[in-house]
Amino acid sequence: MITTIPQNSAFKWSYRLYVTLFFIYLALPLATVCVFAFNDSVFPSLPWEGFTWAWFFGDQAPYIGVFHERPILRSVVTSGVVAFWVATLSVFVGTCNAFLFVRHEFRGKAFLYILMLLPLIIPGIILGISILVFTSNVANTLEDATGLWFDGLRPGIILVVLGQFSFITTFATLVISARLQKFDSSLEEAALNLGATQWGAIRAVTLPFLFPAMAAAAVVAILMSFENFNTTLMLVGSDAPLTITMFDRLKLGSTPVLNAVSLLLIVGSAILGLASLLLQKK
Amino acid sequence: MKSDKSKLTFWLLLSPLVIWLATLIVLPHVGMFLVSLREKVGIREYETSFANYAVFFNEPLYWNTFARTAYMSIAATLLTLFIGFPIAYYIAKLTRGRTKTTLFLMCLIPFWVSELVRTFGWMILLRETGVVSQLLQYAGLVDGPIEMLYNDAAIMTGLVYTSMLFMVVPLVTTLDSLDDSLIEAGYDLGGTSFSILREIVIPHAMPGIVSGCIVVFMLSLGNYLTPILLGGKDSLWFTGLIYSQFITRFNWELGSAFGFLLLGLSSLIVFLGLKLSGQSLSKTMAR
Repeated sequence: MITTIPQNSAFKWSYRLYVTLFFIYLALPLATVCVFAFNDSVFPSLPWEGFTWAWFFGDQAPYIGVFHERPILRSVVTSGVVAFWVATLSVFVGTCNAFLFVRHEFRGKAFLYILMLLPLIIPGIILGISILVFTSNVANTLEDATGLWFDGLRPGIILVVLGQFSFITTFATLVISARLQKFDSSLEEAALNLGATQWGAIRAVTLPFLFPAMAAAAVVAILMSFENFNTTLMLVGSDAPLTITMFDRLKLGSTPVLNAVSLLLIVGSAILGLASLLLQKK
Repeated sequence: MKSDKSKLTFWLLLSPLVIWLATLIVLPHVGMFLVSLREKVGIREYETSFANYAVFFNEPLYWNTFARTAYMSIAATLLTLFIGFPIAYYIAKLTRGRTKTTLFLMCLIPFWVSELVRTFGWMILLRETGVVSQLLQYAGLVDGPIEMLYNDAAIMTGLVYTSMLFMVVPLVTTLDSLDDSLIEAGYDLGGTSFSILREIVIPHAMPGIVSGCIVVFMLSLGNYLTPILLGGKDSLWFTGLIYSQFITRFNWELGSAFGFLLLGLSSLIVFLGLKLSGQSLSKTMAR
């Protein structure tokens, strides 16, 4: 079963058929979503009523397109704000972690490393509820003690950012550490010999070397933040990010405007995903 | 002087890590465990007891749902492995150069897209007024519309679809590192395709199989979207129970207990998987 060894052709063709069927299975749901974004009918289903751009640009009910649908536009903005903060925080903490784990030896390092990996194996919905329970208890205690309000600790955009940050940081740490391990530290020593300060050498030599990995981590963070559902669901307040808004629509049944949003999401995530791969290859 | 400075650097680097892990991972889980041990006896009055866990074991609906979630997740994991293994083998061993990159990317792209969009796609395909049902009617194979959503097969289709990548990627990585000459040697020594698969390929791919299975199982167990949207109201998925205790019934004590049980099961399976295959968490997860 390797290329250098001949196989009987019936087996070879059925194997190829299987692989083809598999890729059809992979593409089918996404292709369907995209196709029905252009159907001139108020339901995303057959029969095909003709081609239309209305689900993108339409502004007359019921043909309201994505670009005129306020709740969806608002939740895109919310998602964007959340993704920005999650990416910033997780790349910052991830970079610190990478330096810590790659450059320093200390007691309890192995333990902290395992702890750092834990968010990967905690189901997202449990991360969500544990943070919800914890912050509510903290808020209750603080409010009882001071008589002030601590709305930041109640479900809302801040908790969504914290919840997503709590596990995306692990990914950022892994991506940035992998790159830092490849760094030739004699380059930094050369800078020190030439009279640079420790921080100056890191800023002028190490950080530019790390930049592709940091950018890749940021792109991955944005991607994961935009599409996260489980953790966000438990922490969301009144201003819902895009996935939550779409979920609520989906449960009720919706016009193909959801297909149009999905098509834009597919294109956007494919571009971001490719960008992260290219950055990591550098 | 220098050592003071490097100590300062060390503490500055350590603090974000510790703050992150303590406030968002460790303390919340300890807190959730404590809440799960609370029994409400009056308004804002609580006693410490295992009452919430007792509720779980005394109510058949709860533990049946728990067991069902577990075995459906195991089934989804095995199915993903059986479907994904030939694909990974094809990509790793039977393609070269550009074809390989393209096929690999084609596997990746669907998984960059939000799970919500993927599930939405399956809903459009499978529902009563959906594409598959209508195509079957046009083809004259069935008389009336057929509902293919809201059953276990639909949940399974969605789960396998959603987790496929997490199986295929580690498998491709480990199979890639298997030297072709080992397989040739197997044939030279008179092995059949089957015995080579069993004695050379699968043992070599074991690390990939284990990490793929662990990740897929965890993702299925903790999945909420797919079972709820494709399985409908009676999907009986444990995360659905957790959600309703927290958000609909506002019974955080019971919800926390449920959360802890799910976390316990998922950690147990990860632990067993790692022990049985003799691997460590850091090696498996860093893939």
